[in-house]
Amino acid sequence: MPKRAQTWLETLITAVIKTSGYSAILFVAVIFIFLMREGLPTLAEVPLGDLFSSRWYPIEDYYGLLPLIGGSLLVTLGSALVAVPFGVGTAIFIAEIAPRWAREILKPFIEIMAGIPSVVLGFLGMVAIAPRLRILLDIPTGLTALAGALLLGGISIPTIVSVAEDALDSVPRSYRDAALALGATRWQTIWKVTLPAARTGVITAIMLGLGRAIGETMTVMMVTGNAPVLPRSLAAIISPIRTMTATIAAEMGEVAVGSTHYHVLFFIGITLFIISLVVNLIASSVIFRQRKRAERILS
Amino acid sequence: MRFSLPPLRRLLLILLGFSLVGFNLAGCAFSGASGADPGASAPVTSIQNKGSDTMVNLALAWAEAYQVVNPRVSVSVTGGGSGTGITALANNTVDIANASRAIKAEEIAAMQKTGIDPLEFTVARDAIAVIVNLANPVQRLTLPQISAIYSGAITNWSQVGGEDRPIVRLSRETNSGTHVYFLEEVLRLGNSDNKTFFSADTLLLPSSEGITAEVRDNPNAIGYDGLGYVVPEVKVLGVARETGGEYFFPSVATVNDLSYPIARDLYMYTAGAPSAVEQAYLDWIFSPSAQDIVAELGFVPVTAPLSGQ
Repeated sequence: MPKRAQTWLETLITAVIKTSGYSAILFVAVIFIFLMREGLPTLAEVPLGDLFSSRWYPIEDYYGLLPLIGGSLLVTLGSALVAVPFGVGTAIFIAEIAPRWAREILKPFIEIMAGIPSVVLGFLGMVAIAPRLRILLDIPTGLTALAGALLLGGISIPTIVSVAEDALDSVPRSYRDAALALGATRWQTIWKVTLPAARTGVITAIMLGLGRAIGETMTVMMVTGNAPVLPRSLAAIISPIRTMTATIAAEMGEVAVGSTHYHVLFFIGITLFIISLVVNLIASSVIFRQRKRAERILS
Repeated sequence: MRFSLPPLRRLLLILLGFSLVGFNLAGCAFSGASGADPGASAPVTSIQNKGSDTMVNLALAWAEAYQVVNPRVSVSVTGGGSGTGITALANNTVDIANASRAIKAEEIAAMQKTGIDPLEFTVARDAIAVIVNLANPVQRLTLPQISAIYSGAITNWSQVGGEDRPIVRLSRETNSGTHVYFLEEVLRLGNSDNKTFFSADTLLLPSSEGITAEVRDNPNAIGYDGLGYVVPEVKVLGVARETGGEYFFPSVATVNDLSYPIARDLYMYTAGAPSAVEQAYLDWIFSPSAQDIVAELGFVPVTAPLSGQ
């Protein structure tokens, strides 16, 4: 190829890649502006006191968001309690303990699990999990936050396993060899050396998993009962709740564009956006601090 | 980040693969539907019909039967709720909206702002059945009792002659015409000054199917649904208008002689006067053969055209 043509081609490719890179920023900005434009009028239309009350009944202009925020947080917290130990445990097993052949089978299976559509899981939850929970725990109905938490845990486990396993796998072999040579048992090596070394990736994995859980819609809409009751304690896990995502999904189709209800639904979207932003900021600050400490120790 | 990305990319590929399969299937279904048209060479006019989930099966059956009557008109039907259908009519994305409640004054006002004057047609009637689990010994309730149950004043089945069990209240979502009807006519007993609410712990389920599934399974549950959606695995309760009144079970006869207290009209709305194609479809809907379909699906036929004209 003549040199001139090559340079021209190179410039073109660079430009294309640059554009697609910057377009990500553009898309986020456009989405953010759209959310703000449709959601912020809420603050002028609904008094703050009403917005932070505990009754959600939009067809008669009650727009209390607390039950929805509480419901989302409760379900996400519950799913973290399920998904973090199981997810990280599975990742450790696959990366550190399982023999090579088992690993070759397990990993693709877990990744396929991530591809199961959430509506299928929701249906499974509705017909199989909720009725069993009701009988097992002797509660009035199985359509509760707990059913949602279990399913969301199941949804976030594949993400957590996949990313955490990669992180563990990339810990240099020499770390483990050194630990074992110093007389550490396998368990001590995993717990004191490999896992701390891969901490950044494992925390990222957990955050990605939780992000998946808090944004999940279809499953929670099908199994949590959607009753807008403010959860006042952890005991509320065995009663029905309503999440922010399910509210948006269930009601967005019905509202008149530009009405107060429409603006409030977008305001819920903003709230959801802020919550996941805060979660991400906390996660990245934790990672940042740890990296600095690790660098100090190593230098 | 220190770990390598390829497995994640593989995961994305798998996801992409799944979504492609999904699109292909959807594509096949779509082309299958349009390819089924018998008069393939004739130009086909289509009517977009959307709204009430209560009416979606009825509207589909009508659309299917009308294909035989008039193959040159294809009616495509989607659900979503009465509010959804009326909103779509206002936004000019459908030709006919289905609604299981009458259009609200605000909705008419909003439509008139954009120059649309909705026209109402009463196309069928429906009874709302109050359903419980087969294992529940309760056979009948009065309207005031049902109102007290749903507002949270009665919380245990023993208070209405049943076993000592907590009551789990099930309702459709707030965008459902059935929800609004039930709120106004049952919970508030038809009194517009009454500001009773559904008890906050009422489960709001997104579909009729969800309500049926929970009632079938859970002996604590009470639910309500259009008569056309009631399955044999749940028990329909007899309802009396007032305390001490006579109890009636929902049926074509009790709806038509107005003795069953929870019955309502089902509507279709057009944006302004219907076009010739829409008018022909609506005329056919009031014909005996279309009204037979109403009865087959468990709804109650209307005898004469009750158009708003």
